[in-house]
Amino acid sequence: MPLSPIRTTLGNGLVVLAKPTAMTPSVAIHLSTRAGSAADPAGLAGATWLLSRVIDRGTVTRSAMDIAEELDSRGITLTIAVTRHLFSLVCTCLADDFEPVLGLLGDVLMAPSIPDAELATRQKQVVTSIRQDEDNPGVRSTEALMALLYPDGHPYGRRTKGTIETVESLTRDRLLALHAERFAPSTTTAVVVGDVEPARAHDVAARVFGAWSRPSPPPIVPPPAVRPAARRRLVVPMMNKAQADIAYGFTTIRRRDPRYYAFWLMNNVFGQYSLGGRLGDSIRERQGMAYYVSSSLDANVVEGPLVVRAGVSPANVDRAVASIDEEIVKLVTDGVTQQEVDDSRQFLIGSIPRALETNAAIANFLQTEEFFGLGLDYDARLPDLLRAVTLDDVNAAARDAVAVDRATVVIAGPYAG
Amino acid sequence: MRSATLDNGLKVLVREEHTAPLASVWCWYKVGSKDERPGQTGVSHWVEHMNFKGTTNIPRDQVKGIIERFGGSWNGYTWIDQTTYLETATKDALDRMLFIEAERMANGLYHPDDCESERTVIIAELEGGENDPDQLLDQELTATAFKAHPYRHPTIGWVSDLRSMTRDDLYGYYRRYYVPNNATLVIVGDVNTDEALRNAERRFGAIPAGTAVERIRTEEPEQTGERRLTIRKPGTAAYLKLGYHAPSIAGEHFFPLLILDAVLTGAKGLNLWSSFRSAPPQRSTRLYRALVEKRLASWVGGALLPTEDPFLYTISATALEGTPLATVEAVMLEELDRLVRDGVTDAELTKAKAQLRARLVFDNDSVTNIAHQLGYFETIGGVELFTSVPERIAGVTVEQVAAAARATLAESNRTIGWFDPLPVA
Repeated sequence: MPLSPIRTTLGNGLVVLAKPTAMTPSVAIHLSTRAGSAADPAGLAGATWLLSRVIDRGTVTRSAMDIAEELDSRGITLTIAVTRHLFSLVCTCLADDFEPVLGLLGDVLMAPSIPDAELATRQKQVVTSIRQDEDNPGVRSTEALMALLYPDGHPYGRRTKGTIETVESLTRDRLLALHAERFAPSTTTAVVVGDVEPARAHDVAARVFGAWSRPSPPPIVPPPAVRPAARRRLVVPMMNKAQADIAYGFTTIRRRDPRYYAFWLMNNVFGQYSLGGRLGDSIRERQGMAYYVSSSLDANVVEGPLVVRAGVSPANVDRAVASIDEEIVKLVTDGVTQQEVDDSRQFLIGSIPRALETNAAIANFLQTEEFFGLGLDYDARLPDLLRAVTLDDVNAAARDAVAVDRATVVIAGPYAG
Repeated sequence: MRSATLDNGLKVLVREEHTAPLASVWCWYKVGSKDERPGQTGVSHWVEHMNFKGTTNIPRDQVKGIIERFGGSWNGYTWIDQTTYLETATKDALDRMLFIEAERMANGLYHPDDCESERTVIIAELEGGENDPDQLLDQELTATAFKAHPYRHPTIGWVSDLRSMTRDDLYGYYRRYYVPNNATLVIVGDVNTDEALRNAERRFGAIPAGTAVERIRTEEPEQTGERRLTIRKPGTAAYLKLGYHAPSIAGEHFFPLLILDAVLTGAKGLNLWSSFRSAPPQRSTRLYRALVEKRLASWVGGALLPTEDPFLYTISATALEGTPLATVEAVMLEELDRLVRDGVTDAELTKAKAQLRARLVFDNDSVTNIAHQLGYFETIGGVELFTSVPERIAGVTVEQVAAAARATLAESNRTIGWFDPLPVA
């Protein structure tokens, strides 16, 4: 059954996407504004992240404790997520609580007051979190890789949490200004999935958001990614750790690139299918070198990354990197087989019902669909989009995406290089 | 839900859920790290890994893709009381899933080369865990809190045992515990119950029953005084963890303690597979207010998990940058003392129950999660325990919470662990 969500637009431009389901008497709410970390002001990396930590700690009409009580008494965890382009408020509530909860989330999104005391508390929390990240080889390797792939202050290369210095320098006024600049109805989408009729979802959203008025902010379009011309290797020594993390990557394509589905299938064969695709077969299954190894493709507004990650013993770092190289050479030189493409395609198409089983998963899918303009029938069209990809398309994607002589390799852990 | 037991002792639970064209199959074994003897710690988990490496009728090179071609996902886990395997896929894969689980129960290959390559994979998994100071502290705290019961050693095992165990150790363990009379098969989804039971009989009926499993009977003696441990390793943040011996799922204080935990750190639900993936609602809880809102900790959490034998109730905190662990500990203990002294209020009890009611709904949002819960509770005391959870939570009184607090949160019943970081060179 296709999702067929109902999409309506309020007078102020805010989009409401609603999909009724009946699995449980609950509702998933997913509010997103186009104000992710790419909106961080120049020199203030981490501003959006800090705003996400404090936005729900007081509004013009509610104290932090009022909000806490309203959420806690209903058993709700409010998750506030920041990606490169989206700032999202996400929760699941009982169906009976839908109306007051959407009202509360709307208040948080539209009218944060950012009390100074709350800001000071959250700043200290973020600083502690940055210190924990500094001791985490997985985070260190990935962040260093992104900084190398997206240099010169590119929004995709910045640390989402910023630095201790930037976080400590941020003020209430600066965060309120950021909110005023970037949060507006025309860049906000409210997705409601669950035990509520679409007409009611629309009506409640209209009551909550209808009077919100803000001019449209200009869209954020990061500069195109520049492809590295040569292979690079960086070691982040962390001698107090037991295991090393490898992050090995490239810049690839935009999400709206017509070749996206060929890249998706290529990445599935290479580093996803079953237990990490070809990479998993080699590095985990045949050589027993890693508990986890896989690749991920994150095509985005501009050219997103393809990243291979593996956790290995320090003694195996060189062998693991050589094995990744070897798989890439095979991928580019020999290509993948028709059988591999068919297997991955069958898996991706067959997994759609499972991927869209829960309210929260459907809400997340619809939010992505809206952000990239994929169309309300995207879930129904997706199988054909994957079926249209040929073996040649996949092999062309492999040749375009990866090459050992322009790989960027970061190793963080008890390894001196 | 229908329950049936085959002649060979395999228990089968089937529940129809027709909201999506999916089916989830879980095969549960009553074997976990508490069944392991010294020298063989980690064997349950290693056996779990080996059971993804081919069978007589699913050769090694045909494992990959066997469920993926139905769009399915598969996984498994091992913990202290149980080992489980699952597949969730489109409903037309039901018989394929039953075939995989029957093969796994009866016909595992345990090729010596696969045992060796998996040895290093598991040691890599262990080292990855050691990279996380909080996980390391949890392991050390558990080993200190228990001195006799096998809950004391980590599920992944001690590294020397992982280095020395042999293929015969693994295979012998597999044959001893992977028998139908030690297993429960759970089927949930867009299925017909009668047909599912017939298919289960067809796939599993011919597997012979094994010898009744002999259990380790050691009980943990009562703790008679506070225990402490400190890990001093290079790091960038300080962690505190308190562990109190806590009742099993069958203990009279379990559900009152669940309420108590909700009051202290927020209600989590009872689904080991899904409940702990998102933070609990906790901003109005006592410890969040006392530690996070007072700028002493950046995070606080509690964990009371349903287990077959008495395990631990743990409370953890990450000290805010610059705050001494002693300060965090003092405030945490003061809050716990207050709870023992004064109990919880009617309003707190009401709120905790409302939270738990919502979490139980959220815990059952997919066929995979529902199937998990039925099987998990079966391995720790019986599926009927699961169906009685809402009623048992609803029946808890403030007096019972107070009694649970007095029985559990005593100084002599606790172990306190610190990860006190040394400067990173």
